[in-house]
Amino acid sequence: MFVHKMWNDHELSKMVDGGVPFVMLSDAGGRVGKVYGVYDEDAGVETRGRFIIDPDGIIQGYEVLTPPVGRNVNETLRQVQAFQLVRESKGTEATPSGWRPGKMTLKPGPELVGNVWKEWKTEMAFD
Amino acid sequence: MAEELKVGCARPTGGPVGETAPEQTPERDNEKKEVMSMIQVGKKAPDFTAPGYQNGKFINVKLSEYLGKWVLLCFYPGDFTFV
Repeated sequence: MFVHKMWNDHELSKMVDGGVPFVMLSDAGGRVGKVYGVYDEDAGVETRGRFIIDPDGIIQGYEVLTPPVGRNVNETLRQVQAFQLVRESKGTEATPSGWRPGKMTLKPGPELVGNVWKEWKTEMAFD
Repeated sequence: MAEELKVGCARPTGGPVGETAPEQTPERDNEKKEVMSMIQVGKKAPDFTAPGYQNGKFINVKLSEYLGKWVLLCFYPGDFTFV
């Protein structure tokens, strides 16, 4: 926690105006990380776990990487936007592979079964 | 929402909420490692408390205080590393 302050005040505030805008937590001993399955007991550190939790406290997605590889923040934000869209549509819409805000969604239902190919093209997964 | 901490020299810690302290008997250690993670998509995120730092203040945070909001919970190996 004290080191969070040092890191924020002396380095992060040079990257982001005003410093980190969200709370930085401390998990000394990895007690929370163990429950979330992201604490490496042998190394004594947390791995790079990332959890998307919805307003009902339900985990909608997670990703866990070993320490040397950093995360893709854009992909995380894309997933949050997709889960928010699905939630606002009360489950009437789904976001197919490659979805980004503004791209078409699918309306799951009996008439869609076997007909996804008419609405969604393979190249839509890649841009 | 989050209570501010009176910081002394002791290092405050948090932990899971509503969970009993694990038994420390050596025979149970092997057993414990086989326990599956409680994490599953579509299931409730385990509640916890943890001390934190935000806007120049040391505060105590409880995950369940954020009900009604989207939460991105990120773990990382240590300060002064990338994310």
